[in-house]
Amino acid sequence: MAILSKEEAKKILDKVIGFSKADGVEANLNGNDGGNIRYARNSVSTAGEDSNVSLSVQTYFGKKSGTATINEFDDASLEKVVRRAEELAKLAPENPEFLEPLPQQTYGAESKTFIESTAKITPDYRAQAAADSIIPATKKDITAAGFLEDNRGFSALSNSKGLFAYNKSTGVDFTVTMRTNDGTGSGWVARNFNDISKLNTTEASQIAMEKALQSRNAKAIEPGKYTVILEPNAAADLLGLMIGGMNARQADEGRSYLSKKGGGTKLGEKIVDERVNIYTDPWNEEVPVGNWASGGMSRKKMDLIKNGTVENLIYDRYWASQKNAEPTAFPGNRIMEGGNASVEDMIKDTKKGVLVTRFWYIRAVDPQTLLYTGLTRDGTFYIENGKIKHPIKNFRFNESPIIMLNNLETLGKQMRVASGGGPGGGGSSLIPAMKIRDFTFSSLSDAV
Amino acid sequence: MKRRDFIYLSGLGAAATMLPIPMMGNAIDPGRALETVDVALKKQLADVALNAARSKGATYTDVRIGRYLNQFVITREDKVQNIVNTESYGLGVRVIANGSWGFAATDKLDKDSIAKAAEQAVAIAKENSRLLTEPVRLASQKGYGEVSWKAPIEKNAFEVPIKEKVDLLLDVNGAAMKSGADYITSLLFLVNEQKYFASTDGSYIDQDVHRIWPAFFITKIDKVSGKFETRNSLSTPMGMGYEYLNFRPQDKIKGVTTLYKGRYDMFEDAKAAGAQAGEKLKAKSVEPGKYDLILDPSHLWLTIHESTGHPTELDRVLGYEANFAGTSFLTLDKWESKKFNYGSKLVNIVADKTQLGSLGAVGYDDEGVQCGQWDIIKDGILVNYQATRDQAHILGLNASQGCCYADNWSSVQFQRMPNISLQPGKEKKSIDDLIKGVEKGIYIIGDGSFSIDQQRYNFQFGGQLFYEIKNGKIVGMLRDVAYQANSQEFWNSCVGIADASDYRLGGAFGDGKGQPPQSNAVSHGSSTARFNGVNVINTARNL
Repeated sequence: MAILSKEEAKKILDKVIGFSKADGVEANLNGNDGGNIRYARNSVSTAGEDSNVSLSVQTYFGKKSGTATINEFDDASLEKVVRRAEELAKLAPENPEFLEPLPQQTYGAESKTFIESTAKITPDYRAQAAADSIIPATKKDITAAGFLEDNRGFSALSNSKGLFAYNKSTGVDFTVTMRTNDGTGSGWVARNFNDISKLNTTEASQIAMEKALQSRNAKAIEPGKYTVILEPNAAADLLGLMIGGMNARQADEGRSYLSKKGGGTKLGEKIVDERVNIYTDPWNEEVPVGNWASGGMSRKKMDLIKNGTVENLIYDRYWASQKNAEPTAFPGNRIMEGGNASVEDMIKDTKKGVLVTRFWYIRAVDPQTLLYTGLTRDGTFYIENGKIKHPIKNFRFNESPIIMLNNLETLGKQMRVASGGGPGGGGSSLIPAMKIRDFTFSSLSDAV
Repeated sequence: MKRRDFIYLSGLGAAATMLPIPMMGNAIDPGRALETVDVALKKQLADVALNAARSKGATYTDVRIGRYLNQFVITREDKVQNIVNTESYGLGVRVIANGSWGFAATDKLDKDSIAKAAEQAVAIAKENSRLLTEPVRLASQKGYGEVSWKAPIEKNAFEVPIKEKVDLLLDVNGAAMKSGADYITSLLFLVNEQKYFASTDGSYIDQDVHRIWPAFFITKIDKVSGKFETRNSLSTPMGMGYEYLNFRPQDKIKGVTTLYKGRYDMFEDAKAAGAQAGEKLKAKSVEPGKYDLILDPSHLWLTIHESTGHPTELDRVLGYEANFAGTSFLTLDKWESKKFNYGSKLVNIVADKTQLGSLGAVGYDDEGVQCGQWDIIKDGILVNYQATRDQAHILGLNASQGCCYADNWSSVQFQRMPNISLQPGKEKKSIDDLIKGVEKGIYIIGDGSFSIDQQRYNFQFGGQLFYEIKNGKIVGMLRDVAYQANSQEFWNSCVGIADASDYRLGGAFGDGKGQPPQSNAVSHGSSTARFNGVNVINTARNL
């Protein structure tokens, strides 16, 4: 049941629209089949599968709207959910920011978001992924803990203005942590794909084990400003927070890092190094996403930062109507242009620096300057004269991605990483490794 | 895999620009939240699952039938942004077969679907046992028969008309704007968990849990400099009904700002916050260095949560969270030594699942264990952890400590944090007494930025209000303050704790752990406390 075809979804949604007696109606039909396996202490701890389809109906009278959802799809249930949404709309207070749904939009070509082989992942596949970590770990005095989560799903949207949109997608997310049994070394690897054939759990587990073994008996070095080489997962965490904050309304209201002194926004201003180019593109082959977003808005390829300059801000439909601007569909992916250098090349080219596998527990400290704090984790190494010299104890950082991207030295090769929330949750990003000078580490942590 | 939908509240105070609120379940009519499910029916359904699992070879089974109700009322400035009522209703069944755990869940509550879920749980347990290293060892647990527990609330918040809630929030927003705020988002978040538990031990437990969280987020902008500051509410989520908002004079502690004890005056706090956000803009930027910190319970709860609550979770200590939340510096050898000096002698920290008004209070946990309280840190020494039935043997315990919880019927239950609280000082001591003794210090009120490493050694915390103390007196407000410390050093620097008359709860609805992630609501009590010589950094930067 969970994956309905375009025709099956449209048939249900047409009935929903037909049942409505309100001024207007918008209906979203979403389905998801997923599975996961979790392991720790070299043993499987939990595993499960889940399947659900849910219909959400929003009706409105003037500027009063109400939403109801249901997971049964016979005619009586469909009519019931519409009536309930109408009752809620009548009870609701007016929302002055309510906008009627969009008419039919023109969408670009379908994006390759659904891969048949990913949709066919079985419990056996997941158990093998766990075994690919656990069996080699036990042979090397290492303890494996990991999580694999996969999903296949569809989304369909229809409204009383005649709009219909449909997309289906697959995704898989794999993370593994390897810890040496003496407790002094830890390594981590994350992989995120919509095509399962690109996932090699044996290779990922091997890298995590190597990092664990190499990170044993880390030495403490003084906190301070260091040149860092951030692997793509580390860089993506901070960049994601910066891109996620490119909301036009917050900037216009004066409470964003993109607000300008004296009023207005930094749209059109250069805020980071001119080699920084960040954009969204639903049709990118590495990180494909659906060609429409919430409310049926059409997604397009769009620059966010071009040559270091703020090229676009994200306007929701209401704020766009207030500011006479074009509304922007929320980006489904984030792509930062990279270079040709591998992490190894960047290490060779570094006199003194720190290699960071990942960051952990990143929290906002000051939204004005986009200052964040967090820590390095699961593989932090000191580089001297072009070589990894030794593992080092983890650091706490206090740094702003804006300052970081102004201190850019080198851009490396891109890699697909999860933007958070699992395979279908937070979308995916294509982010390069990067070398940054004067990155601020403010204290040491004893954590392994 | 249970995928969570989230309502993202944009346009909150910039310190909380994207506040994710889990929307677990289907949107419903508010009136439906007042309906309940007949206990006899729940027992019948539970027995179907128990019998089906047993017949497929399960050696132990527990069933949870959960009805999870949420209500959100969200406003900004002079308008209502959203009113959402959700319901999630279904059944989860957990079994042991071939020595392994298995779990399955269904929202179809007919007998066939329930039996099928129980059979699937057994099949998964058998599949999982293929990579088993050690069979599950479950601490014995007596059956309680048919029992019930209800949160002792005075007024069910779901019964209060939406209009009354909207009016309150819009009044609060008006008060904040009038006193100087440029923007405010305010919200009420209500929870009712109607939970039924049955197990092959012979327990049939019906429970009714209520929680409430009123909150606001204010922003004040200095248009000339382009700077902005935020001030969040000093409320806390509580395990209470709507009475939390019916404040009484005795619930207020007057001082440099009004603090709230057990009840909350949202209107008064918003009025103060509007003005304080403006004061923060003009406050002196802190000089980094060592300070003695006086930490209010509205702030200290989060430090307790991160630096004591998480590292004493036994699943983290054992490595079950190694791939996500992390492990713990409080390893078993430190506990076994009976002399690991976690904090100063003043530091007594207690785990408690029974505390009135707390978020963690229940009669029984999600594996049918009657709840109680126990010492975690005694006179500064690590003496215990937080354990579930399958972990009790590791600590040499004959029974579980009742720390098992699942955030939904569709989530598998696992070890979650009980309320973990710092006990008040034994000597009579007020907040003023603590401040009086400080030569160079900072008094911190409210929680702010928080971050801690994966083994819980190194942390950094911000706050809402920072007051400079010089020679025993508050001399003015500070800004750009955060403190960094190592958990053990920090708790050993505790030199004073106010007495029980100052004891208050703080807490959170959404403590996250596990993969897929689950949230847990937990409270942390304390009186105001003093910590000497803590490293304070200045967080101001120029772009």
